[in-house]
Amino acid sequence: MEALLNILKELHPEVDFETCDTLIDDKILDSFDIISIITSVNTEYDVAIPAEEIIPENFNSAEALYDLIERLQDED
Amino acid sequence: MLFTSYTFIAFLAAMFVLYYLVPKKFQWMLLLAGSYLFYAWAGIHFLAYILVTTVTTWYAAKRMTVLQTEQSAYLKAHKAELSREEKKALKAAGKKKTRHWMLFCLLLNLGILAVLKYTDFFISNINGIFDTDIAFMRFALPMGISFYTFQSMGYLLDVYRGKYAAQDSLGRFALFVSFFPQVIQGPISRYDDMAKTLYDEHPYDHHNISFGIQRICWGFFKKMVVADRILVAVNELIKNPADYTGAYVLAAMFFYAIELYADFTGGIDITIGIAQVFGVHLVENFERPFFSKNTAEYWRRWHITMGTWFRDYIFYPISVCQPMLKLSKASREKLGQALGKRVPVYLSTSIVWFVTGLWHGASWNFIVWGMLNCLVLIVSQEFEPFYAWFHKKFPKVGRTFWYRLFQVARTFCLMSAIRILDCYRDVPLTFHQVGTIFTEGNWNVLVNGSLLELGLSAADWGVILAGVLAMLIVSLIGRSGSVREKLSKQPMALRYGVYAALFLGVLIFGAYGIGFDASQFIYNQF
Repeated sequence: MEALLNILKELHPEVDFETCDTLIDDKILDSFDIISIITSVNTEYDVAIPAEEIIPENFNSAEALYDLIERLQDED
Repeated sequence: MLFTSYTFIAFLAAMFVLYYLVPKKFQWMLLLAGSYLFYAWAGIHFLAYILVTTVTTWYAAKRMTVLQTEQSAYLKAHKAELSREEKKALKAAGKKKTRHWMLFCLLLNLGILAVLKYTDFFISNINGIFDTDIAFMRFALPMGISFYTFQSMGYLLDVYRGKYAAQDSLGRFALFVSFFPQVIQGPISRYDDMAKTLYDEHPYDHHNISFGIQRICWGFFKKMVVADRILVAVNELIKNPADYTGAYVLAAMFFYAIELYADFTGGIDITIGIAQVFGVHLVENFERPFFSKNTAEYWRRWHITMGTWFRDYIFYPISVCQPMLKLSKASREKLGQALGKRVPVYLSTSIVWFVTGLWHGASWNFIVWGMLNCLVLIVSQEFEPFYAWFHKKFPKVGRTFWYRLFQVARTFCLMSAIRILDCYRDVPLTFHQVGTIFTEGNWNVLVNGSLLELGLSAADWGVILAGVLAMLIVSLIGRSGSVREKLSKQPMALRYGVYAALFLGVLIFGAYGIGFDASQFIYNQF
């Protein structure tokens, strides 16, 4: 989780990713950010997030994103 | 059958009466019959194309759902006895089978679109490069082919991804593809959104019908009072480029911005309004785009359904595919974190904007238009640290009304300048014409009455000005909620005064008669 928070904070230092759960709904993350996150996650966790998983529910909070990473790691 | 024709109004009235007369379980069938009649009106042979897309997509999606269901049932039944590796192998094999159906259908339908729309563009480039004289094919484009193909392919990809199960009924799916208000210019709807109301039984709902008719009237107002009127001046300016250079080109940019906005949003208002009359909810395609403060925001608010389609089905899949992830890793290693992570994002953005340009039209004008939009987006992204520094240094400036107005004006001007590529014959001519803005120095034509000699009278300009003001006021009111809801809460005299003004406005000031031609909607050509 720590590494994920670092990835997110690097993109938007002004956002409190530990509490925010409306990252997509409030348009804090745009499509550029999402791709940056996915490529960083791929490097950090060796997990490929497929296009069909790019839905608001998976990206609205750091926690949801972390759950997705864990799920994909588990499926691997 | 143009939306602005009497035939269409008669067709719509007949559909409306029948829709609320037939037993409710037949309502969707009536919409389907009406949609096919509407489509056949443009030429009965065009039905073949939409039928091929409909039947192949319906069948491929159905096969994919059957395969997915069988596989998940098998996995569930043999959960205990299968090892992790065996489950993984089974899933991979199942995915491969569904991928075959998806690719077959995708390539077939995009192939039809590509052949019909881009063959002559390809031939003209071959002729230009190799100095050959290959004859053009001049295929007639089926009405709305880009829209219904994209809508169908979105459905196909959603089923492939397991977002929802395929529609069992061919007739119901055919209605989703051909629904007459939206088949010619969108919005490009998603099946799961549209299916919520498309097949339902709809009792007569006065509120829905009244709101739908209001929206239709507002769409007609934008189209016929503003767009079709200012079109005369735009045509005069762009069809005689040698006569209209310098400040005239600047005028053309802004006039065309107004024309396209009124034309396209007007068309979508009519579309969504008609759907509402039949109780069908369609997604919004615009969210006051000319109030955007930067290009990225503009593209989130203009032609929204096209933007999200390209994002979900092209930008994301390209950005996260294995080769792109490998490229990302390599570029981070070679170029460093900061620069390396930009490579896949910018590469995917460039591909998407190239395709977006091509989707808009088979010409270099549209491709250059797409790439210029891409360039502006990337440059804006690169300027982000500067903006962040600026807002940190001058926190009060960014919050002022004037700064926001400056941002809105900057975005409007930039988008208008790029959009002028829609207008002129070719790219070199466009750049030449835009160049003359800086060299001609004929600024006096903007104020000496020359603009009154573009085929429109002073009264016409007065009507356009009033129309633009009306659109601006409605947009301003709409920022805090539905304009129609707000209007419905006003005293009866005011409410009916506005309805009457709108209706009479279209009737009296709609662009009819000599010099005017209720023209096709611009986006019908895409």
